[in-house]
Amino acid sequence: MQQNPSSEPIVSLRDVQKSFGPLRVLDGVSFAVQRGEVLALIGRSGSGKSTALRCIDRFEKVDGGEIVVCGHRVDRPDVDLRALRQDVGIVFQSYNLFPHLTIEQNITLAPCAVKGMATAQARDLARKVLAQVGLEEKLHAYPEQLSGGQQQRAAIARSLAMQPKVMLFDEITSALDPELTSEVLKVIEQLAADGMTMVMVTHEMGFAKGIADRIVFMHRGKVHETGPASILTSPTTPELTQFVGTGNLKS
Amino acid sequence: MGGHLNINHLMFLGQGALWTIGLSVIALIGGGIVGFVIALARISPLKSVRIASAVYVQLIQGTPLLVILFLGYFGFAAIGLKVSPLAAAGASLTLYVAAYLGEIWRGCIESVPKPQWEAAEGLALSRTQRMMKVILPQAIRIATPPTVGFMVQIIKNTSLASVVGFVELMRSGQIVNNSLFEPFAIYAIIAVTYFAMCYPLSLFSQKLEKRMGRGRSNLAPA
Repeated sequence: MQQNPSSEPIVSLRDVQKSFGPLRVLDGVSFAVQRGEVLALIGRSGSGKSTALRCIDRFEKVDGGEIVVCGHRVDRPDVDLRALRQDVGIVFQSYNLFPHLTIEQNITLAPCAVKGMATAQARDLARKVLAQVGLEEKLHAYPEQLSGGQQQRAAIARSLAMQPKVMLFDEITSALDPELTSEVLKVIEQLAADGMTMVMVTHEMGFAKGIADRIVFMHRGKVHETGPASILTSPTTPELTQFVGTGNLKS
Repeated sequence: MGGHLNINHLMFLGQGALWTIGLSVIALIGGGIVGFVIALARISPLKSVRIASAVYVQLIQGTPLLVILFLGYFGFAAIGLKVSPLAAAGASLTLYVAAYLGEIWRGCIESVPKPQWEAAEGLALSRTQRMMKVILPQAIRIATPPTVGFMVQIIKNTSLASVVGFVELMRSGQIVNNSLFEPFAIYAIIAVTYFAMCYPLSLFSQKLEKRMGRGRSNLAPA
């Protein structure tokens, strides 16, 4: 495990370039996330925010630039992916729980298989993380028996069980209706209060405003504005002005 | 023999039927093991392995089983190995079944939604762990109905092994007919016997498919 001096960011992207064929998705993206910070990536669909997030966990390989995550040089081809992914937790829009396993088995799988944790210890851990997301009673349920919001909370618990140093959330409430969204957002709020470092791609502007320490606004593969939540109410670039003006803030 | 169809003839046919089942089991187990390797090779991260396995599948699928059986039987002889009809038929059917099962199973593995791979990857599981603990358990559920369905094909195709002198149901029917000259009656018995072996499997396959149909919606959204 690498030790990060508190001054050094947990995640940093510098001049990151990424193209899908002729389409330039990331065009010199730079931002950094400090320990304990909550960073919200916002922007229109196709602005590159999800791609930027996926690059942090190397689900996408970058074409250029530098990405350092918990001391791992993610942009390098020789990066130790398994070490990187032990430090980084990721939660997806479509939950992606393993349907053939109970919630408990979903959670204990990685700690047992990757960290060699004893089964009994992993079970205790599963109880603990499920309590954190308010789902203790679903320990032995299968994913299909849970609502969308519960599945997403279980997915967050599964990620937490690996005790990541930073959590990535990729539009985790986009598939949920408002009521279920709020139960997931409550979990995120609690995580933020506990000091978890988080990077989230979100369409929930109201939520981003309330919880994020910093907001990164992306437009056409570039970072247009970075700053505290106040940039949403007093944007300086025409792109962000237009983005917040089109009713995105109401959610 | 000679004269009319009697209990001895039926016993002989019954023995042939048992060999048909035996050869089917050999083909299924041998073909299943090799086919599993083929399925994994077809999705290997190594390009050379993918190409080699794809070539194998294409070669076998583009060759009639009858020809493969002859090649197997006379091929062993050509390289100086004297093998029994059972060994030649078993080996040929194994190669044949492996190509088809490998392809069926590759499709099943690939039909597990890609986000499942990503979720497993995001949890730092190794490629082997992802395959064994996340993907294969789901792929097996998907693969069961088509695999059982394909077993019906195997049972019927073992009849071709009669050409290399292996006395399974078809061949035993030919032998009985050679002495009785009652082809319609005998082949009718054989047809019914094949049907009796295949139909339960077909039913089972359909039942599995129906059950799968209910389970499908429970798979993670893509």
